[in-house]
Amino acid sequence: MTEPDGKSCRTITVQALARVEGEGALTIRFRDGQVEGVELRIYEPPRFYEAFLRGRGALEVPDITARICGICPVAYQMSSVHAVERIFGVTMPPPLRDLRRLLYCGEWIESNTLHIYLLHAPDFLGYESALAMAQASPELAAVVRRGLRMKKAGNRIVNVVGGREVHPINVRVGGFYRAPRREELQALVDDLKWARDAALETVRWSATLPFADFAADYEFVALRHPDEYPMNEGRLVSSRGLDIAPHEFADQFEEYQVPHSNALQARRRGGGAYFVGPLARWNLNADRAPARVQQAAADTGIPFPNRNPYVGIVARSLEVLLAFEEALRLIDHYEPPAKPAVEFEPCAGVGHAITEAPRGILYHRYETDSAGIIRQADIIPPTSQNQLQMEHDLLRVAPQLVHLPETEAALLAEKVIRNYDPCISCATHFLKLQVERQ
Amino acid sequence: MADSRPKPRLGVFKFASCDGCQLSLLDCEDELLTVADAVEIAYFLEASRRPLEGRFDLALVEGSISSPEQLEQIKDVRQRSRFLVTIGACATAGGIQALRNWGNVQEFLQVVYARPEYIQTLATSTAIAEHVPVDFELRGCPINKHQLLEVIGAFLAGRRPNVPNHAVCVECKRAGIVCVMVAQGIPCLGPITHAGCGAICPSYDRGCYGCYGPAKEPNVASLARQLLSMGVAPRAMDRLLHTFNAWAPEFREGVGQRLALKVVPE
Repeated sequence: MTEPDGKSCRTITVQALARVEGEGALTIRFRDGQVEGVELRIYEPPRFYEAFLRGRGALEVPDITARICGICPVAYQMSSVHAVERIFGVTMPPPLRDLRRLLYCGEWIESNTLHIYLLHAPDFLGYESALAMAQASPELAAVVRRGLRMKKAGNRIVNVVGGREVHPINVRVGGFYRAPRREELQALVDDLKWARDAALETVRWSATLPFADFAADYEFVALRHPDEYPMNEGRLVSSRGLDIAPHEFADQFEEYQVPHSNALQARRRGGGAYFVGPLARWNLNADRAPARVQQAAADTGIPFPNRNPYVGIVARSLEVLLAFEEALRLIDHYEPPAKPAVEFEPCAGVGHAITEAPRGILYHRYETDSAGIIRQADIIPPTSQNQLQMEHDLLRVAPQLVHLPETEAALLAEKVIRNYDPCISCATHFLKLQVERQ
Repeated sequence: MADSRPKPRLGVFKFASCDGCQLSLLDCEDELLTVADAVEIAYFLEASRRPLEGRFDLALVEGSISSPEQLEQIKDVRQRSRFLVTIGACATAGGIQALRNWGNVQEFLQVVYARPEYIQTLATSTAIAEHVPVDFELRGCPINKHQLLEVIGAFLAGRRPNVPNHAVCVECKRAGIVCVMVAQGIPCLGPITHAGCGAICPSYDRGCYGCYGPAKEPNVASLARQLLSMGVAPRAMDRLLHTFNAWAPEFREGVGQRLALKVVPE
């Protein structure tokens, strides 16, 4: 469309982002061939968890917050119980701590393989879906089946330790309702060994995918722990020198609202966008990974730390391998605890926790009264935190889009978003691309 | 001889929800590719970039109606679909986000959003069946993925799905699980909750918390009196009933009203 003064405008639109969790849309506006602005429009309707959690019992948080997300319910259960346990003065003894870590391994595997094989791989190989990939050739069908079998192995861990794959029932403040018997976990070992080998193959395969040439000076943010690759515990660190305790989160980060998104965005106070998730975690914690996983990373020939968001699929694959290694180690050492949970008394107070959801850091903060009733809740999911970063990446890629035909431009923009494995139902308590060229 | 008839077209639709029920289809890792051969998965945004077009033989709908746009969208889905099956507590009962139906949604907006005027939302979150006719409701939070396969298989065979609506107690008895309420004094909603999960919570030494919603003809008042006698306060009982199926008609009323109790505020 050309305006009277001779300027020409163009809008590229993706009506609804596919192969992401949840509902979002995207607008890129051009004027005279220059990018004027981008908007990641999350129109997933809000469900108002932070509002209706008020007046609920603090012991209900793992069941209620799990329903924020069907793909990463364990992350919500972990962040929520750890935050409440801070208020009630509860620490997990080693066997229960290990069980929680094992549960998280199951979710990392399930969620990351879902993304790698079903949501992301089709982008690199040029298919509309993994189902289309599977129908395209026997070789690709075998690749998809490998991914599905790995995902199932992860789900089996969540099933045994958590009771159910989606919205596990076995997590409680203080520990678990029932600790698994040794035989229940041993029954998983053969499958996990197969899957660990498949995970190594996945790392190699992911490193051969065609990565776009893309790099930026990101601030990567993740947990860091003195002894282990971080899941449930650690300080919060960044590639720009941040090093704080979880309860200092609000001093350094803030949430704010934009008119074009139903999900609150987040930024560094006095700063801007930041980047959470597998690539951030690997960049900041590779030295904490088991030797075999570090070796697998070295063998890919890809330099790490790495600033190309497309390489995120390799980081995600490394984390799947790591999770299988950890799961086998934890199962091997497992001795059922004397009690499935520790005892405590509810009390008034404030508690914060940050744990590493598959997609990045997940922050929870609760305030309770003396009866253990929640008075205030604050939940900041990783995808909310990545929103601004995703928009910045779109700004960076936009000049390449301005002259492309509509469908190609839309697909390229979507790929930039899918690097972040957005979980939009989480972000909103996914993508319509609209490019406005003027 | 190859079957040259076109495959039935399946569409998967999402409203206000966590995605867990759709994910159940992707969690059928052993069966997914077989399903993808038996039906044409014509629209499934989470898994595929195929755009929304044409008509569907079977629509699976997840999520509740909570925004003005969704009201229009569900009518469009119904109009395009021969059979419409709702999956999960959000679609069958409004989900836990239906807790806004009691409160003041304006207040909720202000608690979460600094600029509430940017957000388009309805005052209520309601089940799909309150807006369009529904051919089958598959309960659960989340649904049981095996029951989802049963629904798809039943549809392909032209028969009604085999999904019992008796109480969870029957599932406990079938599995040989000792009643947690009788033997351990643990409060349990099993007697009034719809079966489907296989009685997972009792098998983990936990009382059922009703995520599959009301069983057929639940005797809520009777269970409430039992729980009272076990020392569960009315407020705590209301919290038990008012979770993922809070807005289901059989669960909706508060326990205090049901038993004509004087409820002391916390």
